[in-house]
Amino acid sequence: MTEFLRVLTDNWSLFADGFSNTVQLFLYSAVGSLVLGTLLGAFRVSPIPALRWFGATYVNIVRNTPLTLVFAFLVFAVPKLDVNIDYFPSACIALTVYTAAFVCEVVRSGVNTVAPGQAEAARAIGMTFDQVLGQVILPQAVRAMVPPLMSVMIAMLKNTTIAAGFSVLEAGAIPAYMSERGEPQFIVLIWITIGFLILITPLVLLQRSLERKWAVSR
Amino acid sequence: MSSALYDLPGPRGRRRNALIGVLATVAILGLLAFVVYRFWETGQFEARRWEQFKFKAVQRELLEGLWFTLKAAGIAAVLALLFGAVFAAGRLSDRTLLRAPSTTVVELFRAIPLLILIFFGYYVPLQYGWSIDKMWALIIGLTLYNGSVLAEIFRAGINAVAKGQSEAAYAIGMRKNQVLRLILLPQAFRAMLPAIVSQLVVLLKDTALGFIITYPELLTVGKTIGGRLAFGLPYVPSYLVIAAIYITLCGMLSVLAWWLQRRMTRLPKSKAVEPVPLTDATRQI
Repeated sequence: MTEFLRVLTDNWSLFADGFSNTVQLFLYSAVGSLVLGTLLGAFRVSPIPALRWFGATYVNIVRNTPLTLVFAFLVFAVPKLDVNIDYFPSACIALTVYTAAFVCEVVRSGVNTVAPGQAEAARAIGMTFDQVLGQVILPQAVRAMVPPLMSVMIAMLKNTTIAAGFSVLEAGAIPAYMSERGEPQFIVLIWITIGFLILITPLVLLQRSLERKWAVSR
Repeated sequence: MSSALYDLPGPRGRRRNALIGVLATVAILGLLAFVVYRFWETGQFEARRWEQFKFKAVQRELLEGLWFTLKAAGIAAVLALLFGAVFAAGRLSDRTLLRAPSTTVVELFRAIPLLILIFFGYYVPLQYGWSIDKMWALIIGLTLYNGSVLAEIFRAGINAVAKGQSEAAYAIGMRKNQVLRLILLPQAFRAMLPAIVSQLVVLLKDTALGFIITYPELLTVGKTIGGRLAFGLPYVPSYLVIAAIYITLCGMLSVLAWWLQRRMTRLPKSKAVEPVPLTDATRQI
């Protein structure tokens, strides 16, 4: 047990740096992917065929590409195009580009859960477009979107570990450093697991309670 | 297409939509043109960067990478299905002694990042000096994670069968085992098949994580091919080829899942079961 604690206290600064970078990576990519994904989702439900096509193509390509490949392309291939991006921003871009495809799908199916009759009824009683969208459609769509969006964000938080393979010091990179220090890896990995459980559990609990609370009122 | 968001446009709306459509097309083409220009400007289309794909040895390298990818994915798929079946059965059990640990295991492995699970299989044996194939480190991770997700799919499939089915079966005197085997599973299987296939796409994609522990799968091969100075460090062509392979493979499996789903919803043999939703972005990420 003392050995177990010693691994954490002796390497505290590495763990702290790792997890703080993980959280930063998560926050930047969360904002980026929510913005890009919502935009793409809006494309997919828009009345303009060209935009719908673009959204669908983006999703189909990105969804069938491994995230590791997106990382590898940004880190190894993009510099060959004379575009030089640092490792950390590269990781943010890779996570954003990849996660946006899934956010887009959630937004699209969220909007599609609202029955057309809702808007028709709202217009029939004389609401303007802003009122229809703001008071009838979006409140219902958001209810259907938020729980799955949180699941996507939780998955993204776990995916940040992939940046470890591409020169970003985040939680997933800790084992490689620990190899050099000769620390017992099993204990190191248990601590990393605990770290992720601490980050993820509140998100999962919140997501489930929202799902339960909002599922009843449909 | 009927949508809650907008009405069928009138003449002015149609004109406006056509205008935005043209502008959007121009913007998309402009974006593509810019990318192609960057490629051309930095010489990515030069023959010397592509010619190694004509060599038999390089083609064999790619095929070997593909084989290593498919081998890991195949073994992990079989093990994950077994793992999923066992733990789904555990979670559906009436006995708390079986249910509680199964629930813990499934929830735990779904919460741990897949790469960390792979690291457990990779770094821990390394530390004790046991020799373990990198492939098995990858397979252990993939099995634990995807097996847990599959357990949830199986459970959702069984729970999706209407309650009346099992009640009727119990009423004619079947045991729990018989109800599960003869009544619930055959119906649930149809409901979950598309979701299972789409989870296998995720598993296939995730074999790319083998790159991080230097398992010689497609991405690793891609880096070797791209790193050859004699051919002008063709990272861009090499990763484009690898991406094309992945997109084709996963795309075909996705189409299969989609086709199974459509077949299932179009020809309902049983109305007692709803298909497990396929377009579940939260599971596929």
